[in-house]
Amino acid sequence: MDFFALLVVNGLLVGTLYSLIALGFVLIYKATDAINFAQGELVMIAGFFVAALIQLYRVPLAATVAIAVLAMMLLGFGIERVMLRPLIGRPVIAVIMATIGLAAILKGTGPLVWGAETKNLPLPIPEAPFLVNVLDVVVLVSPIQLVAAGVSLAFLAVFGYIFLRSRMGIAMRAVADSQQVAMAMGINVERYFALAWAMAGIVSALGGIIWGNLLGVDVHLALVGLKVFPVVILGGLDSIPGAVVGGLIVGVVEGVAAGYIDPYVGGGTKDFVPYLLMILALMVRPYGIFGKEIIERV
Amino acid sequence: MIHRECGVLKTSYAADMALYPVPLARWTVGAIAAAAFGVFPLLAGDYLLSIANLAAIAVVGAIGLNILTGYTGQISLGHGAFMSVGAYTAAILATRAGLPVWVCLPAGGAMAALVGMIVGSPSLRIKGLYLAIATLAGQFVIEWTINHVTWISGGVQASIYVPRPALGGLLIQSQREMYYFIMTVAALGVVAALNLFRTRAGRAFIAIRDHDVAAEIIGIHIFRYKLLAFAISSFYAGVTGVLYTYYLGIANYEQFTIVTSIDFLAMIIIGGLGSILGSIFGAVFLTLLPIVLRYVVEGIGGLFFTIPDVLNLITNVQLILFGALIVFFLVVEPEGLNKLWRNIKDYFRVWPFAY
Repeated sequence: MDFFALLVVNGLLVGTLYSLIALGFVLIYKATDAINFAQGELVMIAGFFVAALIQLYRVPLAATVAIAVLAMMLLGFGIERVMLRPLIGRPVIAVIMATIGLAAILKGTGPLVWGAETKNLPLPIPEAPFLVNVLDVVVLVSPIQLVAAGVSLAFLAVFGYIFLRSRMGIAMRAVADSQQVAMAMGINVERYFALAWAMAGIVSALGGIIWGNLLGVDVHLALVGLKVFPVVILGGLDSIPGAVVGGLIVGVVEGVAAGYIDPYVGGGTKDFVPYLLMILALMVRPYGIFGKEIIERV
Repeated sequence: MIHRECGVLKTSYAADMALYPVPLARWTVGAIAAAAFGVFPLLAGDYLLSIANLAAIAVVGAIGLNILTGYTGQISLGHGAFMSVGAYTAAILATRAGLPVWVCLPAGGAMAALVGMIVGSPSLRIKGLYLAIATLAGQFVIEWTINHVTWISGGVQASIYVPRPALGGLLIQSQREMYYFIMTVAALGVVAALNLFRTRAGRAFIAIRDHDVAAEIIGIHIFRYKLLAFAISSFYAGVTGVLYTYYLGIANYEQFTIVTSIDFLAMIIIGGLGSILGSIFGAVFLTLLPIVLRYVVEGIGGLFFTIPDVLNLITNVQLILFGALIVFFLVVEPEGLNKLWRNIKDYFRVWPFAY
């Protein structure tokens, strides 16, 4: 029982982190209809940047976070301006391949500028895990995971609020719904495209700091991006609550599956189970748990 | 090929449908084939031949993916996995059953076609992004299966060593013999693909790409033809995997990861979607790119940096250049190298006259 509870709790905590990264993907898809295959690489490049600021240039943590968020925002603006805007109205494969190309560029740039070796990214959070006892079930939790989960949930709430209530969020939803109608209503569509990418940049910066601390910063950090697709397909491509729920489901299922299956097959279950789950979701409910039901049948 | 079409009068339906209606173009194709099979292998050394071999294998894979993505409009991120299916099928048949290469080669292709049809079957219900992600899932599931099912690969991290292929009594061993073998397969692949788009099925593929609903209305059974496209494309991918296996003498799943799938997508994007010639351009271009880059960076970088730094530089510059090329072609020249080639051809069509 304890083992199962441990797997579930850890899965939930990891799941919130998946949600945070998936949020970046959803924000872009929601506002611009573009599919971002470079989400993991954005997180990676943010990790590289933060690690370099802390270790090489000795910038204090608070300033580092601020600089990183700002830099990633600018990067988001830049990507939208140079790469995505010329591709508006082109087939899906063009956008997919463009972001795959972007992923390759980022993957080369990080190690080229800051070196290929793994850097650690220290945060002022105690490392020793502590025991939590709920109803006689004892679970081991590490503080960084709790902090990370807290940050993720806070940001999901903030972005959820922005989307549902603020003028900006409503405009973005309008753009996502129909670019032509939004334009006719006097919404500056291009500005909101850029804004969506900038928001994704902010999310990536935070993801880079937290994941960089957990895994260490090198090119393999980008692999967390591969978890984005199961998460968003499960939750619904254009839904912020979907990103949260999908992240939690993927986190728990892969954690539990890895805990029980890994000893028999020799590892690798974590990379494979989410995709199996996703195939099931695609068969049964391709638009996801919360997604809008507009999938085209051919 | 640079030629002028004037004076070519088609008097029969067959002449109108010919692959190369212009006599000069026919001769150019013949000359290129003669050069590729007769002159080049006699003049080139082992190193050049090895590059040519890799390029020719890549051509087969790129054409296969272009049939699916460029002509039928169905994106696949799982072609690396289809190649591994072909590779392992051939490796198992060759080592455990001791079958000769002329059985293993089509068998690997057929097995890949079967798996490709299964992975492609969601295309009945989904398309675009969803299909891309579904095939991505196929890539991971196949990779995991090959890696973890002991019966296939002999256990985790395992690779299967394959004996040199033999045709009749002739053992294909040197780079030159390999070159003839691979080039023959590649040439068959090119000719088959060129002819495919003169058949009912090929035209159906293009109709589905251009507008699926319209295609269905004029009586094309969409699901059947989509599956057929997946099957043909995966067959090419499987054959590519078998060729890699025989060429390298080893079947290894690390050869066929998601990176491979992306490489082949990049080839057809850079070469030109929906064009056989473009697939050839793209495959050759992306095979040569790392080799040329290595020479350039080693030459220039060696002057300024130490050796480990240069190696780091090469890997990363290669990645950046690869990504930048994809983005560049998508943004600036969506029809790829094939379009650039057509532009050159069009310019010289009436040269030196204005029109």
